[in-house]
Amino acid sequence: MIKVQTEDFDLGAELKALTDGNHAIGGLCSFVGLVRDMAGGDKIGAMTLEHYPGMTEKELTRIEAEALERWPLDATLIIHRYGRLEPGDQIVLVAAASAHREAAFEACHFLIDFLKTKAPFWKLEDTPDGGQWVDARDTDDAATARWNLPSGKAAE
Amino acid sequence: MSAPLKLLYFAWLREKAGIGEEAVPTPDGVATVGELMDWLVGRGGGYAEAFSDRKVVRVAVNQEYVSLDHPVAAGDEVAFFPPVTGG
Repeated sequence: MIKVQTEDFDLGAELKALTDGNHAIGGLCSFVGLVRDMAGGDKIGAMTLEHYPGMTEKELTRIEAEALERWPLDATLIIHRYGRLEPGDQIVLVAAASAHREAAFEACHFLIDFLKTKAPFWKLEDTPDGGQWVDARDTDDAATARWNLPSGKAAE
Repeated sequence: MSAPLKLLYFAWLREKAGIGEEAVPTPDGVATVGELMDWLVGRGGGYAEAFSDRKVVRVAVNQEYVSLDHPVAAGDEVAFFPPVTGG
């Protein structure tokens, strides 16, 4: 399931709803991303996340489908927020549930790595010098490449 | 009359171009994404600045990532944006 929203989410309630009634699930793995208050050594006040409505949902759906193809999963969830966020706020939740832990751990890791380099979101941080667009990190590309994705999907 | 191209700009590309969304008739001689970028640069001003370093510009046609040699046709939605920074 994919949710792109401005409002916060309740981790416990989301995970409970994801697995509710499915007793084939033996393992549930989740990752939550939070807004850090340090960017390149400068303290930031808040950030604004912009995204590409329409393509965002398409990319997240594609990422989810890819995970479901690679691992025997019973349930997956991606929630990504946009709009104005404060340090400490939850930005993103990915979760994967399976009969066994290995698939849940690996799929969860895959989902967040893939999301970071493919989903069309951009962070604008408030700094003492005004708004600063966050630069993409090579380490994120390397993290995605590690999963050995089919070629031809990226714009490199 | 063919349908116009819908052009979208995000993040700092939107700020430099000075516009978030516009519709333009498919320019003569423009058949690919790269040629569309050449044409936009030719409009000068913020467009030239936005596309000054194409290595940091990502392009999607009809909401799918594409490379610069991808064709563009009347009615397409073409989006330009920096490398993504979500998550």
